[in-house]
Amino acid sequence: MSTRIETEGSSTASTKRSYGPLAGPTRWIDDRIGLAGLAKKQMRKVFPEHWSFMLGEIALYSFVVLLLSGVFLSLWFDPSMVEVEYQGAYAPWRGVHMSTAYASSLDLSFEVRGGLLMRQIHHWAATLFLAAMLVHMLRVFFTGAYRKPRETNWLVGLALLQLGIVEGFAGYSLPDDLLSGTGLRIAEGLMRSIPVVGTYISFFVFGGEFPGSDFIPRIYVAHVLLIPGILLGLITFHMLLLVYNKHTQWPGPGRTNDNVVGYPLLPVYMAKAGGFFFVVFGVTALMGALFQINPVWAFGPYDPSKVTAGSQPDWYMGWLDGALRMMPALEFTVFDWTFSLNVFLPGVALMGLLFGVLAAYPFVEQWVTGDKREHHLLQRPRNAPTRTAFGVAGITAYGLLWISGGNDIIATTFGVDFYTITRTLRILIFVAPVLAFIVTKRICIGLQRQSAETVLHGRESGIIMRSPDGAYSERHVPLAPEAAYALTAHDRPDVAALPPATDHNGVAAPHNRVQHARARLSRFWYADDRQKPTADELEQAHAHGHDDEPAPELDSAQEFQGVNELGLPRRH
Amino acid sequence: MRALSTHRRHPLAGVLVLLLGLVAVGGLYSALAPRTAQADSAGADAELVAAGRELYLVGCASCHGLNGQGILQSKSGQYGPSLIGVGAAAVDFQVGTGRMPMASNSQQAPRKEPFYDDAETEQLAAFVATEFGPGPAIPGSEYYDIADVSEEEVTRGGEFFLTNCTACHNAVGIGGALGGGRYAPSLEGVEGVHFAEAMITGPQSMPVFSDAVISPEDKRNIYAYLNEVQTQPASGGFALGGVGPVGEGLAGWVAGIGSLVVFAVWIGKHSVRARKP
Repeated sequence: MSTRIETEGSSTASTKRSYGPLAGPTRWIDDRIGLAGLAKKQMRKVFPEHWSFMLGEIALYSFVVLLLSGVFLSLWFDPSMVEVEYQGAYAPWRGVHMSTAYASSLDLSFEVRGGLLMRQIHHWAATLFLAAMLVHMLRVFFTGAYRKPRETNWLVGLALLQLGIVEGFAGYSLPDDLLSGTGLRIAEGLMRSIPVVGTYISFFVFGGEFPGSDFIPRIYVAHVLLIPGILLGLITFHMLLLVYNKHTQWPGPGRTNDNVVGYPLLPVYMAKAGGFFFVVFGVTALMGALFQINPVWAFGPYDPSKVTAGSQPDWYMGWLDGALRMMPALEFTVFDWTFSLNVFLPGVALMGLLFGVLAAYPFVEQWVTGDKREHHLLQRPRNAPTRTAFGVAGITAYGLLWISGGNDIIATTFGVDFYTITRTLRILIFVAPVLAFIVTKRICIGLQRQSAETVLHGRESGIIMRSPDGAYSERHVPLAPEAAYALTAHDRPDVAALPPATDHNGVAAPHNRVQHARARLSRFWYADDRQKPTADELEQAHAHGHDDEPAPELDSAQEFQGVNELGLPRRH
Repeated sequence: MRALSTHRRHPLAGVLVLLLGLVAVGGLYSALAPRTAQADSAGADAELVAAGRELYLVGCASCHGLNGQGILQSKSGQYGPSLIGVGAAAVDFQVGTGRMPMASNSQQAPRKEPFYDDAETEQLAAFVATEFGPGPAIPGSEYYDIADVSEEEVTRGGEFFLTNCTACHNAVGIGGALGGGRYAPSLEGVEGVHFAEAMITGPQSMPVFSDAVISPEDKRNIYAYLNEVQTQPASGGFALGGVGPVGEGLAGWVAGIGSLVVFAVWIGKHSVRARKP
């Protein structure tokens, strides 16, 4: 401290020399903005290390790519529905009447220098943005990172995903080619399927009868201004909450629920994240340069009377399209209102169901398990078998809807009957998720048993020993304490007991039905789990001398017969 | 053996076993899969119709009947449809593109390597056209000669194509699915004469586009547009099969997210190592 005062007092030149050439400008800025204190703290903020923590970064960086490439596109794209006669570079449509929006999309693709590359980068970045958000969300779900105190951030992430989907669909609709117009027609159908008010909503949104000339300019404002603005705000909030809640970490030696073990933001994560940004940028640019995406010129201008085989939305709307394709006809008329449940249920209601279930899940799980504690350590998917099974069942249903969305492409590619695919999927959509749930839960419990056995007996060495009296056994390599700790650092869940039917006064207890349901659900959630080995079990297992290298695991025929399916002697 | 047993727990061992299995299954399949036998070509020097009759009796009559009346089955309807009045154009299309004779009884005859050579196809067409009543003749080159088609005519063909063809055959002509196992085939590499014959005769699920509906000149324009779409350079890079968003989504997930996850694992693996004190 005293030296600093001295230098300040003696000469400013020496200060500059000792703090480097940037000291002057940074002090100038800090005197006026005063962020140095905050930066000093946050720059050293520690983040834990794991590859799966970088999935959300892919989404963030592709969003940056989207903003940059989108600005480029907006300089040339003209969202106008004024009819023009195309006289541009793409010969097959010269002289055709089309909207200015489509004509400027063609110009952007064929006449603006680098325009097609930018369009393709923008579209690939959108594909990656949404895919990365979904993958990131699955990571958060399967590791239980949404648990308290991160439920709010889970909801913010969910809002980001929904807005991203709307934003992507708006972008897909803008060029006004045959494919985007067909997609808009379906969106309009979804609006109209809402009972009673549907027609009014559609007329309100489209400014009259579909397609009209109002919608493209309207959706353009939403696409370039409104939704990106909200996205940007929510992303900031998402990141601030991440800093405030701190990042979750995998259990391991030295890592507890009360600390964060990792590397500081500066310099380690600045370097890693900066590098990864360029990787994401590079991959997006490479895809934009090498892979054609949405060749608008091939589809021709939109005309409600035309359609092309193989009309599909981008992948993130594919599941919804698939649900529409899968749904049997179900429509009736009450007084003068038509209820198109064949469109409303798979289109509007399913969308609400998916996002409703996702939003409610953390709270439902909290209620069932009664676990209201804060969690900063991640769970391995195997240690939450019911959650993992729910997740896999959801992925299965989503995948089936995807298949349904591409049913015509699958039919022609693999030579399968189109109707057969649809009929099969109509059954599978109910059966497969249940099967997936059961199978996944069994696999998780099997993996739990395997973990428990590894903790108790160590790793199988593959070396078969024959004892002097002729018995064969496999040698096990004892587990390192760090590895054993990581395998057992999770909680032992409590299965809720059934509440007493009467309270202590002998009066029938109120809320018993709810409590009963909770207890039953809790049993369903946890009862089949293989709990991690107790200290007692561990001691017993080690007492058999697994740590001594040459000693065979099981030394007498009597014990060999007396083991259960886990390899544990039955009397334990 | 020792090398095998020490490496069997290598992380890549499973992948290797899977690869070996796939290679073995693929090899076995290609060795054992049935192939079509080579047929001797019939004498081309005989009179067209007589030679066509010979071919017809051997290769076609079992399904289409001795007199081209078709064969009806009590249960499943037609075994082979009637050929009365189909004309030379239909025969030239079905036989010339290899659709007939069918390799197996399926919903739709796929395009394949033709079974009969050009001379035999001509004989069969002549026979069917003379013996089974008149029908559309093989169209002339005015239907598909696109040597001197102007740019405006290509555009006009494109508008016809978008209105009448893309709903089944897709905007770039790669085909699409229809119900009940039927499909609109890909139009890639279709010869002009077969294109015109298909429009005139309406084979399988395809409707007939007679000359009264779409004039021969417009048919030629459509063919010119199709040719333009399929020969123009692939702007924007590899077209991913041209199937639209399904192929794009697959590429985005496999190539895009797949490679980025690999990069993330790579970056995550390379940590700064804590120095021991």
